[in-house]
Amino acid sequence: MDILTALMDGLWVALQPANLGLAVLGVVIGLFVGAMPGLGSVNGVAILLPFTFVIQEMTGSYTAPMIFLAAIYYGAMYGGAISSITLGIPGASTAVATTFDGRPMALTGQADKALVAAAVASFAGGTISTVLFTMFAPPLASVALQFGDPEIFALMLLAFATFVGLGGDDIPKTIFSICFGLVLATVGFDIISGEPRLIFFDMVGFSDGIQFLVLAIGVYGIGEMIWTINASRSDDKMAEVTITAKRVMAAIRSFAGAWRGTAIGSFLGFFVGILPAAGATPGSLMAYGVTKMASKDPKSFGKGNIDGVAAPEAANNSASTGSMLPMMTLGIPGSPTTAVLLAGMVIWGLQPGPLLFSEQPDFVWPLIGSFYVSNVVALLVNLAFIPVFLWMLRMPFTILAPIIFVLSLVGTYAAYQDMFDVWLMVLFGAGAFFLRLLDYPLAPAVLAIVLGPIAEPKLRQSLLFSDGDISIFFTRPIAGPITITALILILLPLIKLIRDKLRARRAPAG
Amino acid sequence: MRRAEIVTAVILGLLSIYLMWKSGAPPAWNPDAGRFENIGIVPGEGVGSGFWPFWLSGVMLVCSIWIGVNWFLRKSPPSRSEEPYLDSFAKRSLLLVGGGLLGFLILIELIGFYGAMFFFLIYYLGALGRHSAVRTLSIATAVPVFSFFFFDVAMRIVLPKGYMEPLFIPLYDMFL
Repeated sequence: MDILTALMDGLWVALQPANLGLAVLGVVIGLFVGAMPGLGSVNGVAILLPFTFVIQEMTGSYTAPMIFLAAIYYGAMYGGAISSITLGIPGASTAVATTFDGRPMALTGQADKALVAAAVASFAGGTISTVLFTMFAPPLASVALQFGDPEIFALMLLAFATFVGLGGDDIPKTIFSICFGLVLATVGFDIISGEPRLIFFDMVGFSDGIQFLVLAIGVYGIGEMIWTINASRSDDKMAEVTITAKRVMAAIRSFAGAWRGTAIGSFLGFFVGILPAAGATPGSLMAYGVTKMASKDPKSFGKGNIDGVAAPEAANNSASTGSMLPMMTLGIPGSPTTAVLLAGMVIWGLQPGPLLFSEQPDFVWPLIGSFYVSNVVALLVNLAFIPVFLWMLRMPFTILAPIIFVLSLVGTYAAYQDMFDVWLMVLFGAGAFFLRLLDYPLAPAVLAIVLGPIAEPKLRQSLLFSDGDISIFFTRPIAGPITITALILILLPLIKLIRDKLRARRAPAG
Repeated sequence: MRRAEIVTAVILGLLSIYLMWKSGAPPAWNPDAGRFENIGIVPGEGVGSGFWPFWLSGVMLVCSIWIGVNWFLRKSPPSRSEEPYLDSFAKRSLLLVGGGLLGFLILIELIGFYGAMFFFLIYYLGALGRHSAVRTLSIATAVPVFSFFFFDVAMRIVLPKGYMEPLFIPLYDMFL
């Protein structure tokens, strides 16, 4: 049976009314779970996993419950952008990069464009990655296996390198912000030696570490809101946006300008997604950084560039499909959500691994077919709900601001269920406000706290493997080129600075 | 703004030194280990637990000094600005909004999330936003009710309820 025939059969099964209904339900649930700050796809999938047994009993199929869970995963990836754009709070780590340009677009009355760009880019990323998944699943799985600790660390280094320029021209403040985020990520017990690190004032709350959402919601939910209150000095609406079918169509047409970010996000996201331990968050951050570097107008990033919304959204959706690849072909989950999905497959008696495609085609191809269907469903549902999301922005600021404060506190508690984190989040928010007044870029700190827990263990395991020899990052065939590229990117601002100085010196003489 | 720039750089520099000091602390169960023994590469054991945070904090310290140099040379916009760091409007909003948030947090510890969010919304919408009583009460009631059904009932994430816990027992019986 060739791939096309198998895919057509799979699509036919996925389009059966029961499976289609489950895909729609899953996408809607995922959309709302993803849009809620503090909750992400992993919450939705984990909480609804028990319900899939009922679905399995009702349908008598293992495919139907998996279609439902995969649809929740997709829906949540689409939904993460909604709170990033409309409220300025990244609901999940995968949507952090969407906030950088999504929120400025919302504040300048272009929320409809940003939401449409997020939806269409997510659709493009999801569909391109599903095509890649369909065509290259087994060979790509073996490529992913070539990525050991040094390669993953090199990739993380590349991710940091791509966002060194995020903070604008103030290089020391940007580097400070990155290092601060990385240091915060080390708080708690060291997972290698078991030693406690940076337990400030011997407070027990720090022993669990500082989670990324505590910093992200503090910076964007509290700090940013207080800053906006201070900067706007009025009771204006957050942004005046009217929504009509004509405007939505115009927004869809304007999406053509975001092709570059969408393409970069789709391919890069898929590739990063298939790597074990990487996943959608590094994928979306790298896509943002690479798109910014590839742009003709990199200075407009962070101020409302549509490519800055499209790239991370295409990437996180693409990576979510990519992360299913090692899960299904190797039995290795690439993200927490795929770990839960893997658990579901094992519970239903399916054995993920290289033989899954040949031994369980009746499960695999309808599931792949459902990826295509879920993407179309998610796009339509998302576009249909845009007026509801924009309605939030039309509220007077004195109504929206306290609701955002409430959501920030509740979202932080819901994520970690510890009041210590809520207090810490507010403290970070206050600190972020004071630093923001002095032009300290805080996005790099948020990105660093997300990537730090992946980067540090990979660095240490690599150095343990090489007995402390750092040449391991330069001599291995995959790690070497990535590390060198990352170092060039890190040094790029310095090279630019020296070049500008030399030009300035030559100018008076000329 | 200029003074705030250098004061902040000094505070962040001191924070960096503290983080370097703290990163080198030996674990409580091994008092014989010296401070900063964990910040290098131990042969056969790999990188010590303090390596990563110590050297990152070191880079933070270098950056703080760099920010200080930029301040001296008047290179960064805040180091050239003669505007006040916080004007009277900023101080007032910080006091009202920050005070409200602090009150919200304290109320959560006492009467839980739902009660606290009701009073916080009354304060913000009614006192700060000067919205009508009907609108204020409607929103202040709707948000906790929606949150209860979303978090406690649908997502099974039970938010703290403090001294108001007994009031929720009938709701648990009905919906959970």
